[in-house]
Amino acid sequence: MTEPDIVTVESGKSGASGLRLVLWLLVGLAAITGVAIAFGRQQPAEQSTQIDLGGPFKLTASNGSPYSEQNLAGKPFAIFFGFTRCPDVCPTTLARMARLRQALGKDGDKFAIVFVSVDAGRDKPAQVGAYTQLFGTPIVGLTGTEAQIAAITKEYRVFFEKVPIAGGDYTIDHTASVFLMGPDGHFQSIIDHDENDQSALAKLRRLIA
Amino acid sequence: MKYLNIAAIAVLASVAAAPALAHGYAKGALSIDHPWARETAPGQTVGGAFMTINNKGKQDDRLVSANSAVAGEVQIHTVSMTGGIMKMRQLTNGLPIPAGKSVTLKPGGYHVMLIGLKRPLQRGASIPLTLHFSRAGDVKVELAVQAVTSSAPMDMRHD
Repeated sequence: MTEPDIVTVESGKSGASGLRLVLWLLVGLAAITGVAIAFGRQQPAEQSTQIDLGGPFKLTASNGSPYSEQNLAGKPFAIFFGFTRCPDVCPTTLARMARLRQALGKDGDKFAIVFVSVDAGRDKPAQVGAYTQLFGTPIVGLTGTEAQIAAITKEYRVFFEKVPIAGGDYTIDHTASVFLMGPDGHFQSIIDHDENDQSALAKLRRLIA
Repeated sequence: MKYLNIAAIAVLASVAAAPALAHGYAKGALSIDHPWARETAPGQTVGGAFMTINNKGKQDDRLVSANSAVAGEVQIHTVSMTGGIMKMRQLTNGLPIPAGKSVTLKPGGYHVMLIGLKRPLQRGASIPLTLHFSRAGDVKVELAVQAVTSSAPMDMRHD
């Protein structure tokens, strides 16, 4: 019975290299998943239930009163981070959220739209309030101290960075995704900046289901 | 002159074809369609303006700068998305308008940024803006201020 032995050895060898390949594929997959999560581009909502994102926060509402995650308890919400002097992506995103809410009809008020400023220096409650009022739908506009904003952006893994522009002014690079949070305050899914309305609506319907 | 006529005809044609708000401008080989801006909130000191710039000529042009009576400073910017992060950058060398091409400034891409607004941009208002091109020279346009919820010029929308 020497022949089967040889066969066994050979298949063992190819099995080892096959296993190595699988392991490398897993490493690659893990790396891709890690990058995807790090950049907040998690696509399917089903996969994302284990992701620990969000949490308690202390900020200030546009009327100047304290506002925390407790104010949202029991209600799903869509949360977006930006700044009022952002001329492009922020109004585009908030306008879209307003439009999607409208598309949901009477279910549209089953979730809150939350806008958190990452510009502690310039966005005082009054500015945030005037800004969110432009969109023709109730939007919870929040701002806070630098430390408070640092805390909530860390929880939501939101990137932001001030970038000086000519003339002594600055703009802010920031994560442009909308995070959908369930009524228990847990992360459910993300609406990406470049995601189509149909897909975004489906996620919102799941959020309020 | 020939190009100006073509541009003028194109503008007239677009005015005739579209609802009342359509507006356009022409100078030399350039024509500018539907310049518009988003309304801003009281206290908001920055606004974005958008338009389509067509170059019907045989030579490249470049939008080098702009100015407006309502803003302390006007810059030309581009927005890019990398890994879900929005980055806005000034085009310090201006925006090329290649020969025979159209360049659209729109939300999520190129825009003219009005910085240090002296008063809010109110919906329905008309805001003067002078565009400086390296070849065509200065073109004065009026920005139609639209609702913040607009993502395209109203006169281009079909809803």
